[in-house]
Amino acid sequence: MTSPDGAAMEAMSGTSSVPNGAAAGSVPEQHPAVVHRHHLIVRLTHWVNALALVVMIGSGLRIYNASPGFAPKGNSFCCWPWEGMAVPAWATFGGWLGGARHWHFAAMWVLVANGLLYLGFIWLHGEWRDLVPRRGFVRDSIEMVRFYMWVSREHPRQGKHNALQRGTYFLLPYVGAASVITGIAIWKPVQLGWLTALMGGYHWARWWHFMAMALLLVLSIGHVFMVFAVDPYSLRAMLTGGYNPAKSPEERNARPFVNLFGRPAPKEDA
Amino acid sequence: MKPDRWHGVPTRLRPLVEPSSRRGFFRTAGGLLITGSVLAACDSDGPERAGRWLAYAEKKNEGLERALFQHTAIGSAPASVQSAKGEFPSYFVSDTAPVWDDAASGVWRVEVKGLVARPLSLSLDDLRRMPLVTQRVPHFCVEGWTAVAEFTGVRVSSIAAAAGAKPDAAYVDFASFDDGYHESWDRESAEHPQALIVIAKDGAPLSPAYGAPARVHAPVKLGYKNTKYLTTLTYLPERNGGYWSDKGYEWYGGT
Repeated sequence: MTSPDGAAMEAMSGTSSVPNGAAAGSVPEQHPAVVHRHHLIVRLTHWVNALALVVMIGSGLRIYNASPGFAPKGNSFCCWPWEGMAVPAWATFGGWLGGARHWHFAAMWVLVANGLLYLGFIWLHGEWRDLVPRRGFVRDSIEMVRFYMWVSREHPRQGKHNALQRGTYFLLPYVGAASVITGIAIWKPVQLGWLTALMGGYHWARWWHFMAMALLLVLSIGHVFMVFAVDPYSLRAMLTGGYNPAKSPEERNARPFVNLFGRPAPKEDA
Repeated sequence: MKPDRWHGVPTRLRPLVEPSSRRGFFRTAGGLLITGSVLAACDSDGPERAGRWLAYAEKKNEGLERALFQHTAIGSAPASVQSAKGEFPSYFVSDTAPVWDDAASGVWRVEVKGLVARPLSLSLDDLRRMPLVTQRVPHFCVEGWTAVAEFTGVRVSSIAAAAGAKPDAAYVDFASFDDGYHESWDRESAEHPQALIVIAKDGAPLSPAYGAPARVHAPVKLGYKNTKYLTTLTYLPERNGGYWSDKGYEWYGGT
């Protein structure tokens, strides 16, 4: 099951430092080439986005803490059980309400410009094809969940990104757009009052904005967890662009914290 | 053997010059951890040097907000939200709610001065005799809360017209007897039809807790721009900062 992989990799990479016969040899030798996985623009926008998100979420939580909750004064609010409960200060950024607002209203442009650069690039360059759910998405997702829950033994063969990754990377721009649009509705609730009204009014717009942030946070934490717990070698790919396919989670049969170091996947009988 | 769907996936794969190095990997991972811990300088107000960039962004944002500004954009409270009435928070910068002392300061009047053709000194009765507007509007606090109230008052634009405020008065400063509190506005916002010199809230004359005898209120500005305990409108060629604006909140404070 491994030799066609190696051959294909080298065929696609165009060069091969290993004679064809070596494909039958030991597993680590059959993917000698470090491949170029992420374009500079993708790497750049990824880290700028990470920084912008940290600043936006931290300063947003500091702003939230100035008035933690959603009910308009003299009203109750259906959908928030933690009215009046502030976020711990260590999770906030900006120091004080005014400072956090300045950071929030400045970094929002970085987030938007960077997001547009990323989306424009993956659209024009074709990378979006790796980042959208494809036919069999539900089946592939179930396969991945079964593998992570130790129900199935072998890491499903799903390519550069598995179905769960594709789902996440596909969802992120939409959640990001939702956070930007709900944010605009809070920023200009009178001048762009039609947008605020569309969300049910100012307090609902704040709630939607918070929910979009929460979803971004959950997806981001899950993403970072999986990087360190399943595919730490992808860190290098996001820094220098280089990725060793021999150390992909598929090859290592990696579940969270298991098989982190390159080693042969258990052989499966045909 | 399971089908291998890696094949045929259009992924750009091109070899780098250098082969993989575990040491390099740990070096970059270590660098990332350090970067992460610097980022996680929690509860911080960010690097000092960012101040200039933040000020630049504030200036650009203000330009955009002023370009977006329209008098036809009206702040309206959703019907589903009840008026806050007594739950409307009461704020002042003095230690206790400021009360105008007729005995010490004479009868309260609001002065209209600066770049005006006819400086005015209006009593509460003078204000009551002017065209009154009643509007049920949201109040947006910089802290993020909102409250709905029904305010009755005279349009700032009516007062500007009565005083003959000059076209080159691009700004107006609203001053108070609350320990030097004031905030200056762009003239454009002050001319918005919902910008009022308010004398009554929810059908009753203003109480000292809410800015008696008169206050500024407009949903087009954040709460801190709406001076309470009003004493003076000064029409100016330049902006004149404000109590909270000078402490670092955005001067524009528009909604």
